[in-house]
Amino acid sequence: MSSGLTIAVPRGALFDGALDLLDALGVDTAEVRANDRKLLFEEAGIVTMRPSDVPTYVEHGSADIGITGKDVLLEQAHRNVYELLDLGFGRCRMVVAATEGGDPIGSALRRLGRVRIATKYPRIAERHFSETGRQAEIVEVKGSVELAPLTGLVDGIVDLTATGTTLAQNGLREVEEIEVCTARLIANPVAHKLKAEQIDAIVERVRAR
Amino acid sequence: MIHPIPPGTRDVLPDEMRELRAISGGMRSRFEQAGYGEVHTPALEYEDVLRRGEERAAGARYRTFDGQGDVLALRSDMTIPIARVVATRYAEAEPPLRFCYFAHAWRTTDRGVGEPREFLQGGLELIGPSAPEGEAEVLALTIAALDEAGLRRHRVGVGDGSLYRRLLGALDVPAEEHLPLLECLSRRDLVGLDMRVSALDGIGERERELLVRLPELRGGREVLERADGPVAEAVQGLRAIHELLAERGMAERVIFDLGLVRELGYYTGAVFEVYDPAVGFALGGGGRYDELLGRFGRALPACGMALDVQRVHMARAAEEALG
Repeated sequence: MSSGLTIAVPRGALFDGALDLLDALGVDTAEVRANDRKLLFEEAGIVTMRPSDVPTYVEHGSADIGITGKDVLLEQAHRNVYELLDLGFGRCRMVVAATEGGDPIGSALRRLGRVRIATKYPRIAERHFSETGRQAEIVEVKGSVELAPLTGLVDGIVDLTATGTTLAQNGLREVEEIEVCTARLIANPVAHKLKAEQIDAIVERVRAR
Repeated sequence: MIHPIPPGTRDVLPDEMRELRAISGGMRSRFEQAGYGEVHTPALEYEDVLRRGEERAAGARYRTFDGQGDVLALRSDMTIPIARVVATRYAEAEPPLRFCYFAHAWRTTDRGVGEPREFLQGGLELIGPSAPEGEAEVLALTIAALDEAGLRRHRVGVGDGSLYRRLLGALDVPAEEHLPLLECLSRRDLVGLDMRVSALDGIGERERELLVRLPELRGGREVLERADGPVAEAVQGLRAIHELLAERGMAERVIFDLGLVRELGYYTGAVFEVYDPAVGFALGGGGRYDELLGRFGRALPACGMALDVQRVHMARAAEEALG
């Protein structure tokens, strides 16, 4: 069964949770589960993509609604989309972390007046340090952020953590929590008006779960 | 040789220009037939004068200096310049006054590449009539002008920009919570709104429900029936607009949207947004601004609509592609 909507579904950490939710809503996801490489499932009304692309497709209207993490929405705060529901799954936290022992961030601020921070989330990091009144030089990296403080590239990192295991294994510890992030249901602003019945049907069923 | 132009601006070549002209020509003929005379105002104005109209839009304007050191600004919409024209050139004229325009406006953007900074607006301003007659005339003419521009599926969303503010007052929500809640609404962050409402002290369950559910109410006339409690009174105005549009046979083109807010601060009542199912963005918007003309010294009620002509063009192309 299709919902009458085009739904953007994130591959990666939120993929299973998103498909389980869609199953519970009566959207047939069997074909999506069976096809690792296929991206567009017209019959089910599903398109799959990386989580950070979901707001792009939904804002443009290529998808009517989508599922993505709050971390993505915070990083892309300029996107013109409705944030409809907190879906509850995919819970993780955006944190500031630094090497264990000592206080590299405090020490950099005290002695150099600014701190260097590596992250894949430059806007979130920038905003967090600016809102807490600290000068930060943000270094954007694409791969494993944990490496950056270990090699002396930066004094600390801003990253997403679920269990803290990766941080601990690399000799890092959390020093501040920025935000708790869960999966969110988002909608295109025009679809939210013109396809109100279909979207409300989904929202009501998620709420009733 | 490739010579750059600033991001957010672009060149229009003959094929596109011909289509844009056909669209604006169709809209203009409808506006003129309805008694809306076309006006044009300078692209550059004194910033002090524009600021009278809207303080918040000031940050989005491009500025420069003239030889005397006065700050000049590129207009960021046509509504404020027309308010100035009405106060200056029509100081004694008997309302109603009807004007239309097809003109560029400029806004800075923080979104980087691709977001337009220069855009062509086609719109109308109706000065004099109060609610609901003014709204009905502007909405009906907008729909007819877009018919003339070749669109077939366009709809108009109508809400009331003061509705949620009034609801907050009626439910005795603490004053310091008003702005954060209105900001959630304006950011379309319904999760944030829900969380803030849940955290409010001294508010009953029914009231909480109303605060969270009101922005979800959108659709046909039935939406206005579903709005009860303190909102019931506030939607009277929307009911009256519905009745007038039904008389014109246009009621089914309208979506009532109790969560609709518009960014500009000068709106005082009804707010509008124009949609087409073929594209994922609004084609334009407008609303009632009963206090703006007073700031220029000629206190008259007014409302208007501005359409982005290039977006209308994109919607037309997308409708054609859908067949």
